[in-house]
Amino acid sequence: MTVPSPIELVCPAGSLPALKTAIDHGADCVYLGFKDATNARNFTGLNFDPAQMREGIAYAHARKRKVLLALNTYPQTGNWASWTQAVDRAADFGLDAIILADPGLMAYAAKTHPQLRLHLSVQGSATSYEAINWYHERFGVQRAVLPRVLSMAQVESVIANTPVEIEIFGFGGLCVMVEGRCALSAYATGESPNCNGACSPGKHVRWEDTPRGMETRLNGILIDRFADGERAGYPTLCKGRFEVNDETYYALEEPTSLNTLELLPELARIGIRAIKIEGRQRSPAYVAQVTKVWRAALDKLKAGGAEGFSVLPGWMAELNKVSEGQSHTLGAYYRPWK
Amino acid sequence: MKLALGPLLYYWPHQSVLDFYADMAEAPVDSVYLGETVCSRRHELRLEDWLEVGKVLADAGKEVVMSTQGLIESESDLKVLRRIVRQRAGGDAGFRVEANDMGAVRLLAEAGVKDWVAGPTLNVFNPSTLQLMIDAGATRWAVAPEMAGAALAEVRAALPAPLETEVFAYGRLPLAHSARCFTARHFNLQKDTCEFRCLSIMDGIALRTREGAPFLTLNGVQTQSARVHNLLGDLPAVRGQAEVLRISPQGAHTRQIVELFRATLDGSRSPADALAASREWMVEEPCNGFWHGRAGVEQYVAA
Repeated sequence: MTVPSPIELVCPAGSLPALKTAIDHGADCVYLGFKDATNARNFTGLNFDPAQMREGIAYAHARKRKVLLALNTYPQTGNWASWTQAVDRAADFGLDAIILADPGLMAYAAKTHPQLRLHLSVQGSATSYEAINWYHERFGVQRAVLPRVLSMAQVESVIANTPVEIEIFGFGGLCVMVEGRCALSAYATGESPNCNGACSPGKHVRWEDTPRGMETRLNGILIDRFADGERAGYPTLCKGRFEVNDETYYALEEPTSLNTLELLPELARIGIRAIKIEGRQRSPAYVAQVTKVWRAALDKLKAGGAEGFSVLPGWMAELNKVSEGQSHTLGAYYRPWK
Repeated sequence: MKLALGPLLYYWPHQSVLDFYADMAEAPVDSVYLGETVCSRRHELRLEDWLEVGKVLADAGKEVVMSTQGLIESESDLKVLRRIVRQRAGGDAGFRVEANDMGAVRLLAEAGVKDWVAGPTLNVFNPSTLQLMIDAGATRWAVAPEMAGAALAEVRAALPAPLETEVFAYGRLPLAHSARCFTARHFNLQKDTCEFRCLSIMDGIALRTREGAPFLTLNGVQTQSARVHNLLGDLPAVRGQAEVLRISPQGAHTRQIVELFRATLDGSRSPADALAASREWMVEEPCNGFWHGRAGVEQYVAA
């Protein structure tokens, strides 16, 4: 029997301090983006200018860790050159891989920088091995990040039928919709993850203290209303409370985080090659907390194998502290979630 | 300008579906997209049944296109996908195929099929990606509804040769897909034991804000807009950027909508008049923001 490859821990770096924190706490890889719409976390105050990126790469490489660049939004005709320039810069900076969603951009990267390693972004919405193998055959994609929709058995089937390494989301903010297939934000605000790198963007958000309670609006659309004592969450539009047939509830999804820590032995068994932590928009403190726990868990699994693995109560407590809504879910890995 | 009837996005009883397409066989549409694109649990019509419906429509002179499922999750989803590709790969006997994920693209290219439709969920936003689809055998591009008219014009202008383009011109916007079923969730059921509650909800379930404003529509694993995307009033501009207009089936009065589009394209009604007339047949207020590069929910009227 072949020994399964160790699982890489891929951590978010929304800033240089976050990058260093992730590396210091045991990340195998960090992923980051440029300060523009070429990545899916195009938020004010976030991401890297060229100097910061060079410094971050040097910091990581000096400690034998990898740096991945997310270029995972879809360029349009008029702004195409910004994306190809970003690919060129990535090759020039010596990034370890670029994470792409757009096939046209992959073709450009594969042709112009054949040595540059390509990952398929979750925004590419590839949920089957047939789709993933297309990217592999056409552009030499070496790793694919799966949308958060498949069950464990389905992920296992994907892995069994593709030479492409599979990375999954292990922890963090949970998209209830298939990534890359969601135009809810575009519908409500005109800005989408696909084309603008933003979902429910802050400039469209309004918080209003009213006699009915704290109301959160997105481009004027009421996303939720909070009673006194309720913690008012950010109005991500799929995580609001709405009325359906006279019932008011979280009709799409609760404000909750994905947490697959307890599935770690099973994920290792089926051959997952990397686990991604969501949250480039989160603070270095979040990155430290989450990276530390996942590093400890992966090390424990490596040392003791599946039989020796158990989730320490302290780990879950630490992770719940930084979870959205202070709660967590197994998402699509847990069938009743669907 | 051709009119196309998009795939039926809702789950209607078997006989309702047959009645609907019998009516459409007589309606002034040129192409009809068939097949289950939303949820693999829906089985009032199986693939064989859809192919039978296709034969009736083809006999009535319609171009029939089999649409593939948007979100492929399981091996059985792939089996259906392969059968849809195979019915076309045999040559002229089968129906044209609309590819709605890259797995479908791979299978069509591998089978040497050279006349498929690049579906709206492929995320084609620029000429380079579109050219890859053309090279793989796409001969029509059904544009993602979120793409603005101006952006579409730029893609078309950059293509070395014209490609037949289809624009989503009428219907509730299919905005998102999920592994979760929101209809089952509403009824406190799990997806695996959903009791097929979608069945007979002809236009999906309305989701409103806590102020009672219609916002979205729950349609199983799909989330749609509440408002009806309606480009009747924008047809003069749309005409320059599309050869095909897609009309998405709704629970009632699809025939009247199709006829309004046909009359407007033929010049026997003005766009403004047609838009006003369509309100009688719409399930909700109109919107057209996406076409104008704005929030999709907006109803934009140029000043």
